[in-house]
Amino acid sequence: MAALVVAEHDNTQLKGGTANAVTAASQMGGEVHVLVAGSGAKAAADAAAKLAGVTKVLHVDASHYAGGLAENFAALVVGMAKDYSHIVASASAFGKGFMPRVAALLDVAQVSEISAVESSDTFVRPIYAGSAFATIQSSDAVKVVTVRSTGFEAAKATGSAPVESAAAGPDKQQSKVISQELTKSARPELAGARRVVSGGRGLASGENFKMLESLADKLGAAIGASRAAVDSGYVPNDYQVGQTGKIVAPELYIAVGISGAIQHLAGMKDSKVIVAINKDPEAPIFQVADYGLVGDLFQVVPELTSKL
Amino acid sequence: MKILVPVKRVVDFNVKVRVKADQSGVELANVKMSMNPFCEIAIEEALRLREAGKATEVIAVSAGPAACQETLRTALAMGADRAILVETDVELQPLAVAKLLKAVVAKESPGLVILGKQAIDDDANQTGQMLAALLDWPQAVFASKVEIGAGVATVMREIDGGMETVEVTMPAIVTADLRLNTPRYATLPNIMKAKKKPLEVLKPADLGVDVTARLKILKVVEPGKRKAGVMVKDVAELVDKLKNEAKVI
Ligand SMILES: Cc1cc2nc3c(=O)[nH]c(=O)nc-3n(C[C@H](O)[C@H](O)[C@H](O)COP(=O)(O)OP(=O)(O)OC[C@H]3O[C@@H](n4cnc5c(N)ncnc54)[C@H](O)[C@@H]3O)c2cc1C
Ligand SMILES: Nc1ncnc2c1ncn2[C@@H]1O[C@H](COP(=O)(O)O)[C@@H](O)[C@H]1O
Repeated sequence: MAALVVAEHDNTQLKGGTANAVTAASQMGGEVHVLVAGSGAKAAADAAAKLAGVTKVLHVDASHYAGGLAENFAALVVGMAKDYSHIVASASAFGKGFMPRVAALLDVAQVSEISAVESSDTFVRPIYAGSAFATIQSSDAVKVVTVRSTGFEAAKATGSAPVESAAAGPDKQQSKVISQELTKSARPELAGARRVVSGGRGLASGENFKMLESLADKLGAAIGASRAAVDSGYVPNDYQVGQTGKIVAPELYIAVGISGAIQHLAGMKDSKVIVAINKDPEAPIFQVADYGLVGDLFQVVPELTSKL
Repeated sequence: MKILVPVKRVVDFNVKVRVKADQSGVELANVKMSMNPFCEIAIEEALRLREAGKATEVIAVSAGPAACQETLRTALAMGADRAILVETDVELQPLAVAKLLKAVVAKESPGLVILGKQAIDDDANQTGQMLAALLDWPQAVFASKVEIGAGVATVMREIDGGMETVEVTMPAIVTADLRLNTPRYATLPNIMKAKKKPLEVLKPADLGVDVTARLKILKVVEPGKRKAGVMVKDVAELVDKLKNEAKVI
């Protein structure tokens, strides 16, 4: 049997950890097929065909896959499921949206956000904001699994699988996208960035985040934030790192004015090198930091930026 | 229109969770339990819709052991009109909860079900979507704004790259994200009043649902520890360490 990875894409490129999900799927034991459903997404299907480990790409072209609507994606995937032992997708907002629907329609459990594959039916996943890791075995005929990107390398573009077109599923017409307001930034995408500079309540205003932007630009880093910074309106929602935000594991994570609540640590403690800048020597963030600097961020950050 | 709000009893978000020595799970004895924070947000949203005249009744429902009555009383104290407990000592997984909720929906015929996006214990983020699929209803998950129109709900939701506004036909499933609202506190008089509000207790068997777990938890372990770091005295030392020791810049 084979695993079907449901791709996330913007019509031309794969996104949201799809290449990492392919790597996870490759560890589940069988062939790996990728489903690219969209409207005019042939280029994305071709990109999927290049991923190492992929043996076939199924390309579905229909206008009702344009918005990534969960109702339509679930219906499509369920129609294909009989040929697969595993249905896999990244635990992105897109994957989290439609995958549980797939599982419920197949009357199987979903294993959410796995960080490791032990065998074809056994997976490891964090629970309680990463305070514990559970090893979970599924006895269902089809395993529906979402993948935490930081647990798996992205599959490299070294393959060449055939692309076949496949039939569309129904247009459920239960929901429609009215508009999207995407955060525009020239900086790298937070979830996959090699370096991340994050700010917390200590920044005290959105205006002060400019300071972090200068630092991030020097480093070629993405910008992240704690929940407190987002809730206070300093930065947009999609900057939030943590249990209920984005999970990141860059080579370098610099936490500025962030106390280090467990919910924040859940999203960044797998980073390779963690730097913490905080004026409170007792702040819990120092317990996970490789390098801690006690000081006033308003002095430290400009100085750091100038010394880089 | 009735609004149904499923609420889960979980380990309080402030508790430092410990893994049991026998690796069978996490320590739950003598640990503070509370309503899942996302469920508080879901209740608050339902109450605001009722207060705005968009809904007539808010029903809180919880599935789990008898102690979930406390969680339901909290929902009632916040302002829910009545509560339903589906009582079982079986460890419930999201698919089973979704099936129980589907049966409750069949009994109550709500126009909207608002759940939390995620329970902070299992971090599953599944139940709302599963319920939507079982009912063949549309879903608007990770909501940060909900508006009820004629037969439709317009929902702004948090997605990876920013925000998205979707329109769903009703009845529908909504799951609450952090920025949807700030939940109210239950006042003392309302806590007293909540004690007299109706709380119905059902069993999974009454609803004809098999809640047997599908996933087996083989073991639960602590996360790997990071190796201890060092404190640096100034920016110059930090830059030096990052360049020459960690070699990340
Ligand atoms: C259900 C739920 C989900 C959550 N999900 C998340 C999540 O995904 N991500 C997340 O981040 N949080 C999350 N939280 C919130 C989390 O519990 C903390 O409240 C939050 O992370 C705190 O943010 P903070 O560190 O910026 O603020 P604070 O805890 O207020 O810390 C601010 C820090 O800045 C320091 N500081 C202040 N001024 C200066 C200065 N001039 N120079 C240097 N340092 C300074 C202070 O010493 C302090 O340590 C969640 C909470 C709940 C209940
Ligand atoms: N046992 C339960 N009883 C009532 N509601 C639940 C239960 N489990 C999950 N839910 C609802 O589903 C949401 C998401 O939970 P989960 O899918 O477990 O992350 C929660 O915020 C609740 O609204």
